[in-house]
Amino acid sequence: MENLQSVLREQKTAAVRKSALAKVTRRWRLYLMLLIPLVYIIIFRYVPMTGIQLAFKNYNARLGIWGSPWVGFKHFRDFFRSAQFSRLLGNTISLSLYNLIAGFFPPIILAIGINEARWNRLRKTVQMVTYAPYFLSTVVVTGITMQLLSGSGVVNTIIKNMGGTAINFLGTPGYFKSIYVWSGIWQHVGYDAILYIAALAAINPELYEAATVDGANIWKRIWHVDIPSIMPTAIVLLIMSTSRVLNVGFEKVYLLQNSLNLSSSKIISTYVYKMGLVNTEYGFSTAVGLFQSVVSLLLMVLVNNLSRKVTETSLW
Amino acid sequence: MTTASKPNNRIRASWDNTIFHIINTVFLVLMILVVIFPLLYVISMSLSSVEAVSTGKVYLFPVDITLQAYRTIATTKSILVGMSNTVFYAVVGTLLNVTLTILCAYPLSRNNLPGRKFLLWIFTFTMMFGGGMIPTYLTVRSLGLINTRAALIIPSAMNVWNMVIARTFFINTIPDELIEAAEIDGAHDGQVFFRIVIPNSVTILAVISLFYAVGHWNQYFDAMIYLNKPELYNPQLVLRTIIASTQAMLEQTGSLIDAAKAADQAEVLKYAVIVFASLPIMIVYPFIQRFFIKGVMVGSLKG
Repeated sequence: MENLQSVLREQKTAAVRKSALAKVTRRWRLYLMLLIPLVYIIIFRYVPMTGIQLAFKNYNARLGIWGSPWVGFKHFRDFFRSAQFSRLLGNTISLSLYNLIAGFFPPIILAIGINEARWNRLRKTVQMVTYAPYFLSTVVVTGITMQLLSGSGVVNTIIKNMGGTAINFLGTPGYFKSIYVWSGIWQHVGYDAILYIAALAAINPELYEAATVDGANIWKRIWHVDIPSIMPTAIVLLIMSTSRVLNVGFEKVYLLQNSLNLSSSKIISTYVYKMGLVNTEYGFSTAVGLFQSVVSLLLMVLVNNLSRKVTETSLW
Repeated sequence: MTTASKPNNRIRASWDNTIFHIINTVFLVLMILVVIFPLLYVISMSLSSVEAVSTGKVYLFPVDITLQAYRTIATTKSILVGMSNTVFYAVVGTLLNVTLTILCAYPLSRNNLPGRKFLLWIFTFTMMFGGGMIPTYLTVRSLGLINTRAALIIPSAMNVWNMVIARTFFINTIPDELIEAAEIDGAHDGQVFFRIVIPNSVTILAVISLFYAVGHWNQYFDAMIYLNKPELYNPQLVLRTIIASTQAMLEQTGSLIDAAKAADQAEVLKYAVIVFASLPIMIVYPFIQRFFIKGVMVGSLKG
C-alpha cells in the first residue's frame, strides 16, 4: 500500500516536472531572443566585475588578472593613508551635496510655474526651451561654459566694461564647484521638471475646486495641494541622487578640470582615471573605484530604507 | 459677519491670484531668456568678425557678420573625418542598440515566461553595481577592441535603462488578449513577436532609436579612453581637442604669421565648432521633443 502511494507520488512529481520542462521548452524562441543580450551583459558587465579582484592584487601584465599575486587590503590602506584621500573625499562629497541641494528646488519651482501658466503658448515655449540643453553633449556644455567665462567671453567683457578687471573663472579653485553645479542646473532643469509636471497634471481638479471654495488663494493651493502631490516623485528622485553622492559624473568634472583649479576639482573618479589609465596603476585604481561603488551602493540602500520608514515611499 | 467677509475673501484671493500670475509670467520669461542666452551668444560669436570678438563688441547679436569660421571648419580635415566617422557610429551603433534592446525587452515583458524574474534581475543589477572604470577598460582591451571602430559600438551595445523603458512599454500597451488570441490561433512566440508586437511598437522603436542616436552623437567618454588614432575620432572628441588646445588650432590653420591674430581666430573658431557640433541635434529637436517626453514618462512608470 505504502509502496503504491510512493509510486503514485513519484509519477505525479515526474508529470509536474515534465510539464514544467514542457513550459520552458515550448518558449525556446523567447530564450533564444534573450541569448545575445545575455551574452553581451555577461561579457561587458559581469566579466568586468570579476576584474574587481585587481583591487586586492598587484597587477602584472604578464600574469594577467587571474594570475597576479594577492596583496590583501594594501591598496585600500595606501589610499586611505595617502595625502590625497581627505581632499578627494571632501571634494567629491561637497561637490555632490552642493549639486544635490542646489539642484533640488529649481525643477520643482519650474514645474509649478509651468503648471500654473495661463497662456498655453507660454507654457509650451518654456517647456521646449528649458528641455533643449539636456540634449547637448557634455563636451558642448562645458565648451559653452568655458567660452562664456573665458578672458574674452561675455562675463569678463561686461566686467571689463564696468571698469573691473577680468577674472580667470576656470583657473580659480573657489569658483569651480559653482560653475559645475549651475551649468548643470542650466542643462537639466527642464528635463528634471518633466516628471513633476506629469505629477501635477495628474492632480484631481476637484481638489483645486475644494480649495478655492474654502477661500484658498493660489499660494495656499500650491502649498496645500501641489506640493504634497509631488512629494513622492521628489523623494524617489532624491533617493536616486543621494545614491550617486560619490558617483559624481566623471565626464563633466574631467572636462572642466585644469591644472589651476585642481585643488577643488579633483574627485574620486577623476583620480581613478588618472591613476589607472594615465599612470597604469591598475590594482590601486581598481581599489579606489571599488571603494566608491561600494559606498554608493550602501548609501542607496540606506536612504531607501530610511525613506520607506519615514515617508512610505521607496524605490523597491 | 460671515456673509460680509466671504466676498471680501474672494476679492482678496483673486487679487492674490493676479499678483501670482504676474510674478509667474515674469519668472517663466526669465527662464526662457536664461536658457537661450548662452546658446544665442555662442551662435552670435561664431558669426562675428575676429576683430569684433577680440575687442569684446559682441553681447547678443553678431557684429560684422561673416561665415569665415564656418569656411575654416569646412576645410579642417579632423572635423570632416569626425563627421564621416559619426555616420558609421550612429547608424550601425543605433541599429545594433535597438535590435538588442527589443530582443531583450520583449521576452522579459511576457509574464508567463519561466525564470523571467531572475533573468530581469541579471540585467537590472548592472544598473546598481559594476566593475568600474579600470576592469571595464581591461576587459575591452583584452577583447582587442582598443583603437577599432567597434570600441564605440560593442561595449555600449545595450543600455539597460532603455531596455526597461521598452519592456514597460510592451507590458502597458500590448494587450495580453491580443497575444493570447494569436496563440490560440496557433502562432508561436516568434510569429507573435514579428507579426503583432513589432507592428504595434512603432512609437517605442522611434523613441529608443532617438535616445540611442543622440547618445552616439554625444558620446565622448568611450571615445576618449578607447581611441587614440585621430582617423577614428568621433565629433565630440574632435570638438574637445579643438576647444582644449588653441595650439592645435594654430597648427591647423597654418600659414599665419601673427600669433596673436591666430589666437583670436582660433577663439572664433571654437564658437563655430561648438555650434557645428550641436547643430544636428538642435535641428531635429523641435520634431522629436514630444517623443522624448513620452520616453521619460514611460520610463517613470513601474513595470
